[in-house]
Amino acid sequence: MDWATLCVIWFALEGVLLTGYAILDGFDLGVGILHPFVARTNDERRVAMNSIGPLWDGNEVWLVTFGGALFAAFPEAYATVFSGFYSAFMLLLFALIFRAVSMEFRSKVATPRWRRFWDWSFFGGSALATLLFGVAVGNAILGIPLDQRGNFTGTLLDQLRPYPLLVGAMTVALFAMHGGLFLYLKTEGAFQERLRDWMWRSWGLFLVGYMLATMYTLALVPRATANFEHWPWAAAVVVVNVLAVANIPRCLHWGRPGQAFVSSCVTIATLTLLFGLALYPNLVTASNDPAASVTIFSAASSPKTLTIMLIIALVGMPFVIAYTAIVYWTFRGKVRLDEHSY
Amino acid sequence: MDAVLLARLQFALTIAFHYIFPPLTIGMGVVMVFLEGRYLATGDRVYEIAARFWTRIFALNFAIGVATGIVMEFQFGTNWAAYSRFVGDVFGSALAAEGIFAFFLESGFLALLVFGWDRISPRMHFFSTCMVALGSVFSSVWIVVANSWQQTPAGHHVVPVLRDGRPLLIDGHPVLRAEIVDFWALILNPSSVHRLVHVWIGAFILGAFFIMSISAYYLLRGRYLEFAKRSFAGALLFATLASLAAVVSGHFQARGVYRYQPAKLAAFEAHYRTGPGDLSLLGLPDDAAETIHFNLAIPGGLSFLVHDDFDEPVIGLDRFRRSDRPPVLLSFASYHIMIGLGMLFIALSVTAAVLHWRRRLYETRWLLWVFVFAVVGPVLANELGWVSAEVGRQPWVVHPPVEWTEQGDLAVGPDGVVEYDESLGLRTADAASPSVDASQVLASIVGFGAIYLALLAVWLYVLDSKIRHGPEPLEPPGGTGRADVLAAAARLQDHSGSLTGADGAR
Repeated sequence: MDWATLCVIWFALEGVLLTGYAILDGFDLGVGILHPFVARTNDERRVAMNSIGPLWDGNEVWLVTFGGALFAAFPEAYATVFSGFYSAFMLLLFALIFRAVSMEFRSKVATPRWRRFWDWSFFGGSALATLLFGVAVGNAILGIPLDQRGNFTGTLLDQLRPYPLLVGAMTVALFAMHGGLFLYLKTEGAFQERLRDWMWRSWGLFLVGYMLATMYTLALVPRATANFEHWPWAAAVVVVNVLAVANIPRCLHWGRPGQAFVSSCVTIATLTLLFGLALYPNLVTASNDPAASVTIFSAASSPKTLTIMLIIALVGMPFVIAYTAIVYWTFRGKVRLDEHSY
Repeated sequence: MDAVLLARLQFALTIAFHYIFPPLTIGMGVVMVFLEGRYLATGDRVYEIAARFWTRIFALNFAIGVATGIVMEFQFGTNWAAYSRFVGDVFGSALAAEGIFAFFLESGFLALLVFGWDRISPRMHFFSTCMVALGSVFSSVWIVVANSWQQTPAGHHVVPVLRDGRPLLIDGHPVLRAEIVDFWALILNPSSVHRLVHVWIGAFILGAFFIMSISAYYLLRGRYLEFAKRSFAGALLFATLASLAAVVSGHFQARGVYRYQPAKLAAFEAHYRTGPGDLSLLGLPDDAAETIHFNLAIPGGLSFLVHDDFDEPVIGLDRFRRSDRPPVLLSFASYHIMIGLGMLFIALSVTAAVLHWRRRLYETRWLLWVFVFAVVGPVLANELGWVSAEVGRQPWVVHPPVEWTEQGDLAVGPDGVVEYDESLGLRTADAASPSVDASQVLASIVGFGAIYLALLAVWLYVLDSKIRHGPEPLEPPGGTGRADVLAAAARLQDHSGSLTGADGAR
């Protein structure tokens, strides 16, 4: 297989890993964001945490693998992104560690103060991590200043412009909605009834952010839409995306939460796909000089490495899908608190 | 302070903390497979109690290992961008393979292991335990292979980075990177196998000492005696075999180091001048005077270890430019303390094994007390092993090759010192991220310092409460009706559970 094809394949595979991560960790981050608002009693909060208890760890592995694969397939982009967004990544790490630890330690001591502390740190870690992912996507679309070697030359303020923050806020609302839909499927009774309102609210918030971000992108970020002029078929993705967003309230209204959750997954997948289409062939856009952009071709590893990794991915992926399926099957259905729960 | 030094400190801090946990999970995983396998084979419930108890402790260690491990993966890019660009083509595939083959395996089956006791069959549960143990062993393979490639690179070539078919020039110099030529030569580079075996042995020793520590505590307190005796005896077997194996593996590894990184071995032994070498057991190296103060040494011992001959010369640090030498004091101290601890493990485990054979072990209270605290030793030994491996590689992050003449002497330049081919290696000083300044690194060190201290405190707290709580008594089998319900209710009351297994969770 020729090298350029391998580069495109790996760009697509990175997209698959990112989509998998966004859909899977999206709902457990969303549960973290939503839970202090929807869950009132201690048992309800435990139900919320246990709905993702056996799953979040595996979901985060998608991010780890995304990072590892970026390192291997596009080392130049890995180096540019991770060192350029240094402070953001450090905050992200702190947020993810705190989130993980909160779930583990909340149940260790039975005082209300201890639990309240970990509840809010679970919320804070989830919300901050989600916000940072959104900000990163916004910055990737806008571009950041790079030197000829691909090193970031701006300051932290260059990464906190209105557009990335808007995308960040939209992502928080999106994951909150996604998490709410997931939690609705895992709960029953009064708790589930309360979730219904929050699903509507987070959908509304997401819709506002979605429309603002779309208008901003169309009006002020020409680079984001340039590719769509070459590829008319990409309009189909936009249509699917809009239909998926619109289908969520329809399903909620007709009492089909499962379908609503699937629509939410499709929304996330198509948004990620649109992000990839807007970005191609860049991995990191240089805002100062288009020629300095890190593209999939300037960032890629040698054909040999890309081929070896493709073999590794083809061998490994069926296993990954099998374990994921076994775990989700074993822990299917409504959450029941038992002796192994948080 | 200088950004490179801070980045090194941050790496040292985060890896040192992280590396408490993976060897524990690797070592404990093997023991859990053994215990649960015995339970399936014999149906003896003491084994089930033991397996359940150690699974909960395992999960606690695993959770912190994962949380701190994500940091390591990101850190290559955040702090060491220049390094990532240089090694990405060879290093990245190992890391990606680790993600696909090891992390998914571990995290998927861990959920079944911890939350699945009552949801899946005992056989499936045993299978999950095997898979988690296998996953933790796999994860060590890829990262050690990648690190070994930095020590003894092979299976690659260094070529200019191309842009649109032409070499990329920065300030008129071509930018270089390493690319794979032969995948298997890269994976099986000269130090991979020796180092991997040594890392596993270190992990087995730690896992075994960890289990013996907790079991010894129960034996001394007179609690859960049957459980504690079986756990202790099983772990003692692993500890004795592994401690003895460590010496053999260490010996072969040292010879490999001499062949491929002679400056590193010279720094380990503070062997300043080329010539017959003594084996220092204790001492304080002095770089300025190029000697070892308070030296207690076996004459000719180093020559014997390297060449099987007490008189043959060993290459010393004088064959290397000062700027090409590793820091001697730190290399020497970490290496020697590690070996000293290794000898201590042999002494302890052999003594305990002999007493066990004479059926006096569980009455020898002083030795049990020693074992309660001895677990600190393997933690330290594992850490110091890595300190010597990494500090001894300095000033390189990717070590360039050395040449040997036909006569078995080190090839040197006209000045009488080794002329490394700079283009084939990468100096640590050139490996950091150009776009990250010292204040950013300092801020994140402070952040990690605080978070890790808190994590350590909580880990010790939870571990302590778990040990106090002890293994779960199981309801008597075959009970019917009311008794069964009561037993189940009682169990529900005091049973703990979560990924780390909580106490008093309700």
